[in-house]
Amino acid sequence: MSFTLPEPEQALLAAQNVTMRFGGIVAVNDMSLALPKGSICGIIGPNGAGKTTMFNILSGFYTPTEGDVLYQGHSVKRLKPDQVCKLGIARTFQNIRLSSQMTVLENVMVGCHVRRHCSWWMAALGLPNYYREEREIREKARRLVEKVDLADMVNEKAGSLPYGAQRRLEIARALATEPKLLLLDEPAAGMNPQESLDLMHFIRQIRDEFGLTILLIEHDMKVVMGVCEYIWVMEYGAPIAEGEAADIQSNPEVIRAYLGDDFVKGDQE
Amino acid sequence: MQFNRNTFICLALMLAGGLFLTQADLFLSDYQLYICKLFFINAILALSLNLIYGFTGMFSLGHAGFMALGAYMAALCILPPEQKEMMWILEPIIWPFSDLFTPFWLAVILGGLVALVFAFIIAVPALRLGDDYLGIATLGFAEIIRVLLTNATPITNGSLGIKGIPDAATLVTCYVWMLITLVVISRIVYGNFGNVLRCIRDNEIAAQVMGINVFAYKVMSFCVGAFFAGVGGALLASHLSTIDPKMFNFLLTFNVLMFVVAGGLGSLSGSVIGAGIITVLLEWLRAIEEPMEFLGMEIPGIPGMRMVVFSLVLLAIILYRREGIMGSREITLAGIARFFRRFTQTAGRAGQ
Repeated sequence: MSFTLPEPEQALLAAQNVTMRFGGIVAVNDMSLALPKGSICGIIGPNGAGKTTMFNILSGFYTPTEGDVLYQGHSVKRLKPDQVCKLGIARTFQNIRLSSQMTVLENVMVGCHVRRHCSWWMAALGLPNYYREEREIREKARRLVEKVDLADMVNEKAGSLPYGAQRRLEIARALATEPKLLLLDEPAAGMNPQESLDLMHFIRQIRDEFGLTILLIEHDMKVVMGVCEYIWVMEYGAPIAEGEAADIQSNPEVIRAYLGDDFVKGDQE
Repeated sequence: MQFNRNTFICLALMLAGGLFLTQADLFLSDYQLYICKLFFINAILALSLNLIYGFTGMFSLGHAGFMALGAYMAALCILPPEQKEMMWILEPIIWPFSDLFTPFWLAVILGGLVALVFAFIIAVPALRLGDDYLGIATLGFAEIIRVLLTNATPITNGSLGIKGIPDAATLVTCYVWMLITLVVISRIVYGNFGNVLRCIRDNEIAAQVMGINVFAYKVMSFCVGAFFAGVGGALLASHLSTIDPKMFNFLLTFNVLMFVVAGGLGSLSGSVIGAGIITVLLEWLRAIEEPMEFLGMEIPGIPGMRMVVFSLVLLAIILYRREGIMGSREITLAGIARFFRRFTQTAGRAGQ
């Protein structure tokens, strides 16, 4: 069972030789990706390797200094985050970004907003099709909340939820935007082994159910190796290795990046 | 079904309120009617600022400017042309303002629209700022508007102001405009658009990632708020019958801000209650500025004394109830029903 990378034009999302400089600092250096449709891929690397910067480029927060980002064959590197989301790329954050004063349901309803047809003035006038759409959004949000097992907390304030539940809520909110591609930034951070196991199962489940393609950043190697079909490894902003989980695990470059030179040498002697 | 019944009850309550107010002059003195009208106008201003600051989180201090625009526009619309000809003594009034003469309802809407247009012009550069910086910028813009009004003598009669504006803003008119403000803003705020605005307030980056055009929604909220500020200004002009640029200085903005903060940021019923309490309190406290006898001592009337008491009240609010009277809660029909059910239950238990 070998995994072949698609051509950039055929990939759902492709980054071509992306470089991102902040003044004199090169945060991402000549990075290329190509995500086949329906796959689950991962980016790993030590702290400060530029993984989150890469996510910020893909989701439209940064415009790369060099290189291009193709989504379904079209360049999206100059689009703003909200336009990128409209095209079907959703993401979550490493440091959870929910509206803590709003309820679980309201948070997910915000995600539904991008697919609605009514404008705000229809709400001000109270037109019937506005109310119909409002009901549909509420229903959809409720279904998604159930999907992530938060049904019994639907009216709780998002800020009062335990950490794992907040992560799932953030995923539900991302799903509400009806994405084709989901970018998960450290979804297993702060989870215990059992929760991580559930998360792996959950990631596969939503991929199949919503027909998603998923790209994730993760430090929990059990999750990465267990769920990702293809992995890119970054160090100091540059790609140092890529391949399937088994290849990555035995790649000396990766071991060196994570554990240092001595470990690799000692291993060989 | 629930929704229909609630709408029906709301409509009935609004209508009953209106009918009550048409008869209010039978049992209220002129002074009480005056305060009542002021309360409705202040409620409009508080609601509009709450949309901008409480729900969308934009710290805007430009309300006095928008009110001034609405007030001047409405005043120019409802003054008869002959009267305008006579009043503009520094420089003659220019056309089209010299011949402008519209019914009051149109004047109020035009006042709101002028404020909205200026708000849009201000919004595009200023809303790129956040937090306190936005406050300073909008404060500056409000002062610019005031200086413009002072110096645009052929339109505004400069620092002399406009006098003898017909008192077309009856109690019922002010009430109806307050209801319109309340209904429009609550419809925007208590649906998914409100969720979007609150998401922008809490976490702008998350809102962007959810595909929300943050800037467009900020502009929308700012402009709708400014429109109703203009409406409030228009009603105020007709209510006071005299306006001049000096009255629209930043103190007026802080007055409105006080209603909103005292009532509770992010609560519409709080804004109405805050406006009510502070309007009445400000009038009621006039009593302590009169000369009085206290413990056998003769205390002469001190002008401005009520502001001292007032600042103490505000300090108490800030110290002991920072989230305001209502916090971010609302008075709803369901809430009232629940209160009465609990009330009757406890009463029933007590009876047994």
